[in-house]
Amino acid sequence: MSRTHVSCVVNDDDVEFLCDAGESLLDALRDELRLMGAKEGCGTGDCGACSIIMDGRLQCSCLILAPEAEGTTITTVEGLADGDHLHPLQQCFLEGAALQCGICTPGFLVAAKALLDRNPDPTETEVRYGLAGNLCRCTGYDKIIRSVLVAADRMKEQA
Amino acid sequence: MRYIAPTSVAEVVALLAEDPEARVFAGATDLVPQMRAGRPEPSIAIDLKKIARLTDVSLHGGTWRIGAAAPTSDLTGNAALAADLPGLVHAGGLIGSDQIQNRASLGGNLCNASPAADSVPALVVNGARATIAGVDGERTVEALDVPTGPGQTSLAPGEFIVCFEIDRPPARTSDAYLRLIPRTEMDIAIVGAAARISLDGDGNCVDAVVALGAVAPTVVPVPVATEALVGGPITNDVLATVAAACGEASSPIDDKRGTVAYRRQVAGVLAKRAVLEAAGRAGNGGGR
Repeated sequence: MSRTHVSCVVNDDDVEFLCDAGESLLDALRDELRLMGAKEGCGTGDCGACSIIMDGRLQCSCLILAPEAEGTTITTVEGLADGDHLHPLQQCFLEGAALQCGICTPGFLVAAKALLDRNPDPTETEVRYGLAGNLCRCTGYDKIIRSVLVAADRMKEQA
Repeated sequence: MRYIAPTSVAEVVALLAEDPEARVFAGATDLVPQMRAGRPEPSIAIDLKKIARLTDVSLHGGTWRIGAAAPTSDLTGNAALAADLPGLVHAGGLIGSDQIQNRASLGGNLCNASPAADSVPALVVNGARATIAGVDGERTVEALDVPTGPGQTSLAPGEFIVCFEIDRPPARTSDAYLRLIPRTEMDIAIVGAAARISLDGDGNCVDAVVALGAVAPTVVPVPVATEALVGGPITNDVLATVAAACGEASSPIDDKRGTVAYRRQVAGVLAKRAVLEAAGRAGNGGGR
């Protein structure tokens, strides 16, 4: 069977790729577009390591069939930094040691961005619930939560 | 597998009629894990999210119409809906993470037919009706009558749910849904309980519906609880009768997440609390 042609916008670039109907968007991002930021942890929507923002909504790219991306606008972790200038969340994760092995980090950064886009001034509880769909087996979460709160403060100051 | 995203209900009906191995999906939050677990892929994955009727959430006269494929974040983000049906909206906001709620739908939750589906008891107490499309046109059934057992529904081959209709609650009426999970978030209900309560101006209960989730193969309405509640104030004695009736109506499984006795007990406790929460809101005027 012929493969499906998909056109969409990824990190502000117009892109096109070919995919199989049963392929996940995660696989298409990694294998067709060579964007390796989003990771496959579970492949069933439980761990959040593959989180992306599609048409303004935070989603697990492992649960999205690649052809669903037609005509959409997608942000992956590669779209967070502005050239060499890291996004405040990325900078705060580095400064706050909010990562160890790093597998979950792209998903946390994207989920945290989606959270702050919606709620620029979250409480600690709101951050914990907002990131409940992302699993980390290294940090114990505390440094991640604190780094998101610091980034939120920094982004408010810069705004 | 092929992927098709039709833009009309009629196209979906035609696709399902010509290919019995085709399957509709909305968020694929159940479909993808099932395929990953080795269940055969459908011949066609029919994406329902490009059809306006399937994703629209809006008020038509006195009735809410909720597209079967609308993500639950469209419910939690709808202040007018949350004011009318706070229990149902709360239940939608309990299903998985933000990532999941941006894809998972009420239609999927009902048709996946998990006994523990969080939105189903809330749909049932609110008398939700499902509009079902098929080759013979459309028909309407109570949401209660859609699941027939774990993973089983009353939908005929080629049928799918287009939308749900829920009448706006009358004055001094509100709903609630509560569940018990071992963690604080991201878990599957051991027991769920929904209630919808109507009060008169003196605080007497004039209508009540209680339904339990995760304690039987399908959602369990508890008519004995209705009988106990309707006709007077919601006293501790009445609540004790409601709790006992809910324990009695439960026929839960026994596993490491909860014994039968524990689940029966919790069903009563949660039902009492759901009644009180719904009555509290109803006493404050409900959604109106």
